[in-house]
Amino acid sequence: MKDFIIPDRDFGTPAAKSKQMVTLTIDGFDITVPEGTSIMRAAAEIGISVPKLCATDSIDAFGSCRLCLVEIEGRNGTPASCTTPVAPGIKVHTQNAKLKQLRRGVMELYISDHPLDCLTCSANGDCELQDMAGAVGLRDVRYEAIDTHFKVKDTSGIANPNYIPRDDSNPYFSYDPQKCIVCSRCVRACEEVQGTFALTIEGRGFDSRVSFGAKTDTALSSDCVSCGACVQACPTATLQEKSIIEIGTPERSVITTCAYCGVGCSFKAEMRGDELVRMVPYKHGKANRGHSCVKGRFAYGYASHKDRILNPMIRDSINDPWQEVSWDEAMDFTAKRMKGIIEKHGRHSVGVITSSRCTNEEAYLVQKLTRAVFMNNNTDTCARVCHSPTGYGLGQTLGTSAGTQDFDSVEETDVVMIIGANPAAAHPVFASRLKKRLRQGAKLIVVDPRRTEMVESPHVKAEHHLALTPGTNVAIVTALAHVIVTEGLFDAQFIQDRCDWDEFQDYAEFVSQSQNSPESVALLTGVPAAEVRAAARLYAKGGNGSIYYGLGVTEHSQGSTTVIGIANLAMMTGNIGRPGVGVNPLRGQNNVQGSCDMGSFPHELPGYRHVKGEGVRDIFEKAWGVKIDDEPGLRIPNMLDAAVEGTFKGLYCQGEDILQSDPDTKHVAAGLAAMDCVIVHDLFLNETANYAHVFLPGSTFLEKDGTFTNAERRINMVRKVMAPRNGYGDWEITQMLANAMLKDTGGAKWTYTHPTQIMDEIAMTTPSFAGVSYEKIETMGSIQWPCNDKAPEGTPLMHVDGFVRGKGKFINTEYVATDEKTGPRFPLLLTTGRILSQYNVGAQTRRTGNVAWHSEDLLEIHPHDAEVRGVKEGDFVRLASRSGDTTLRATITDKVNPGVVYTTFHHPDTQANVITTDFSDWATNCPEYKVTAVQVSPSNGPSEWQEEYNAQAAMSRRIAAAE
Amino acid sequence: MSLNDTHAGPHAKLIYMANQIAKFMESKPHDEGLTLLASHINDFWEPRMRRHLFEVLDAGGAGLRPLVLEASAAIKRPVVAA
Repeated sequence: MKDFIIPDRDFGTPAAKSKQMVTLTIDGFDITVPEGTSIMRAAAEIGISVPKLCATDSIDAFGSCRLCLVEIEGRNGTPASCTTPVAPGIKVHTQNAKLKQLRRGVMELYISDHPLDCLTCSANGDCELQDMAGAVGLRDVRYEAIDTHFKVKDTSGIANPNYIPRDDSNPYFSYDPQKCIVCSRCVRACEEVQGTFALTIEGRGFDSRVSFGAKTDTALSSDCVSCGACVQACPTATLQEKSIIEIGTPERSVITTCAYCGVGCSFKAEMRGDELVRMVPYKHGKANRGHSCVKGRFAYGYASHKDRILNPMIRDSINDPWQEVSWDEAMDFTAKRMKGIIEKHGRHSVGVITSSRCTNEEAYLVQKLTRAVFMNNNTDTCARVCHSPTGYGLGQTLGTSAGTQDFDSVEETDVVMIIGANPAAAHPVFASRLKKRLRQGAKLIVVDPRRTEMVESPHVKAEHHLALTPGTNVAIVTALAHVIVTEGLFDAQFIQDRCDWDEFQDYAEFVSQSQNSPESVALLTGVPAAEVRAAARLYAKGGNGSIYYGLGVTEHSQGSTTVIGIANLAMMTGNIGRPGVGVNPLRGQNNVQGSCDMGSFPHELPGYRHVKGEGVRDIFEKAWGVKIDDEPGLRIPNMLDAAVEGTFKGLYCQGEDILQSDPDTKHVAAGLAAMDCVIVHDLFLNETANYAHVFLPGSTFLEKDGTFTNAERRINMVRKVMAPRNGYGDWEITQMLANAMLKDTGGAKWTYTHPTQIMDEIAMTTPSFAGVSYEKIETMGSIQWPCNDKAPEGTPLMHVDGFVRGKGKFINTEYVATDEKTGPRFPLLLTTGRILSQYNVGAQTRRTGNVAWHSEDLLEIHPHDAEVRGVKEGDFVRLASRSGDTTLRATITDKVNPGVVYTTFHHPDTQANVITTDFSDWATNCPEYKVTAVQVSPSNGPSEWQEEYNAQAAMSRRIAAAE
Repeated sequence: MSLNDTHAGPHAKLIYMANQIAKFMESKPHDEGLTLLASHINDFWEPRMRRHLFEVLDAGGAGLRPLVLEASAAIKRPVVAA
């Protein structure tokens, strides 16, 4: 008997949502289910699995395999149980002599055109066709296989024209047509779950074949985005992970959380011993509901990549090669250096950067290190350069920086406005859920300089695309408000009940001014006024209106102002506080929400409480037994300024590559070079490590316990599925460093033995986490904060009965043009973004098969701009701004408007941030990545800077041979 | 202009940042804008940054917008040198 992983029960068809209940009898058992449930699903709920091949509960019933036939008393024939809904009082039989015979006949036909190589088949033990042959008692096949799809040659030795060889072009899965039973599950998964429509069935009858689009297309060259939904849906070995083919079936599975984007998908890490066999999206994961993207599903190979550094390394100077040392030596060296700096330059001369890729517990410890051991508030995190304006803007208007909804909310939205975000590339699983809703009829407004995949893709078309000039977000958002106010489209009742009416009056007067009208701002934004007016009317009056936004909103000189404007829009239209609406920041990194929650910002202790608050300091002073500094600390850009100035000398940087990800690379490099001790704690020798004196090898999300908090404030468990290859979880390493610093000072040692103790400390000190414990997360699966006495089960929706700050606050949003302006020297505007297959600085994804899709950053340029510069597709071009210049290849596309160019920042060779400038958001210093005035000209090779940089990097990465 | 020009010293950048905040606060009622400008700098600027700002203010505040000058009385002068 096999003792295989118990699969998540497949109910055959999706759950029905009706509140109307229906009672029927199946095989003599009564069962009551919601109206619209299939007979197959109703049977599954009482434990009766009707044989099936083409049905699976992630997609709608199709009724093609004819294996799930049942009989219903009083009705003719043998209907398919997957497509037949339940009805009151019917009596269903799933097993009798007639049905057995019919099913056996169906199976016989399937098997007559299927290779019988089960023992050596890669799906052996994991094949539904095999299981069904067993279930229906198929014992022999009467048909002689003459015309088949699986024989390479016929009996006379002539090539079989129906045989299609295996397609191995995708780096992660194979398509082997000879194993295909044409059940269409893959095609339907691609359409219904992912929404890409890359797969189709070509031909008819016996000639029907699954095809990646055109005949000439392979899996890799097609529209396929490699999300894995088809692989998951396939009942046979036709579409299968290459890792299964290589390793075999897994023997256990551990539920954990993806370490890529802020969607925070739940996965089953399927293991054999300590080898990860595959990652499969977890059906009961509340963020992803069983779906995944190419990164989380497949791009985990970086964890075992040869570039990973597994031993600590130190060096006196960044010009020296690295020396591998023991952990003890590394800690002694580091503590001595850091103590020396503090002695000489004072306690404010050092600081930390917490990681938005590490767990909550790890981020908490890193900020604790600076607050309780270094004795200052110099802590910051990558949110500085992404969503810090969200923190400020939503905090001011609504009272909390948190996104207002859960992802399920999108299922009830009627109008979606996406501003400065491209979820199809950066938050793909959310994008799939959104596209599903759009296919059901919800309307879409996209505010973005580029024509992204969200604007137009198969079966998705935005009603309005406001293709604004980069840097004019505030003007557009205020113009939308102008229309809503002057045309009387606001929700006066909601505003009166929930907001400060007088403030709204002031705000209404401000936005009504004629300079804020769509007609007035059209010259600035480049968006026709009629489009803005139509979009405003649709958002205000189209039913449940939701706003999803990304870094295209925040990464501007006026990032915080735009966030405020967005909150204003939601409040004035009453689109807050119920499912289907809300203000939803799409967070970039897996735990950027968590790292902010954990007090990573220099002005806030955990739970977003300013350090000036005596009561708050008191809680932590008692818990930690130290005095907490009451002044805000340095933010990342301020740290670098202070370093250049000579007053900031030591930095502990965990899981973050500021040299590549932060703007104005030359300034970052100058700041790092001016420091006496840079400690990089990472998986790889990243770019920042070129300037480091200590390298502490990090652990991956597979190698430690902890929690991540996603963009819906959902705290998900991260579970250790293998021992850390570097020896320690990152939380243990921070603790070692703290204790090395505390040695001889008499300070109390840190004594955590498991991350659960850290979470208990967080719960004890932070009101919004008061009810959170590992035990509760284990029981509930996940928890959305706030979770405390008022909301013991967590909070899926924020601001339901009132805003967190009390009354919602309207704040004027005056448009101030950025000082980053085009001119004769730099006539184009550069904006930056992401691509589906790569993640952030690419340190992880560049070390996986994902490079098959994106091996270098490309500059998107409009045909007009390319032509006047003599730039052709694929040419090397020089991209220059007042900050610096670099070279990369151009691709010519009308996705960008004339005057706008676009690139990604995933590759260190490109160094896109050499170009970006030092301008930043007025409130938070979040850098203005999204607007840089540039010039593009033909080039014949790398810039001088790139050559110097690469030479320095190569020198810096040398590791001395062991003695 | 580059605010990160290392030879220019820290002042140009801080003047720029203070003026950015002022531009936002200028769209509010005067007194509210004044209070919020000061509290914004108190809440988010590390003492070193405020010290440099006061160096500019003490020298007459050249380059700062009037609202910053007016709010300066409510900006906390850092007590301890960093």
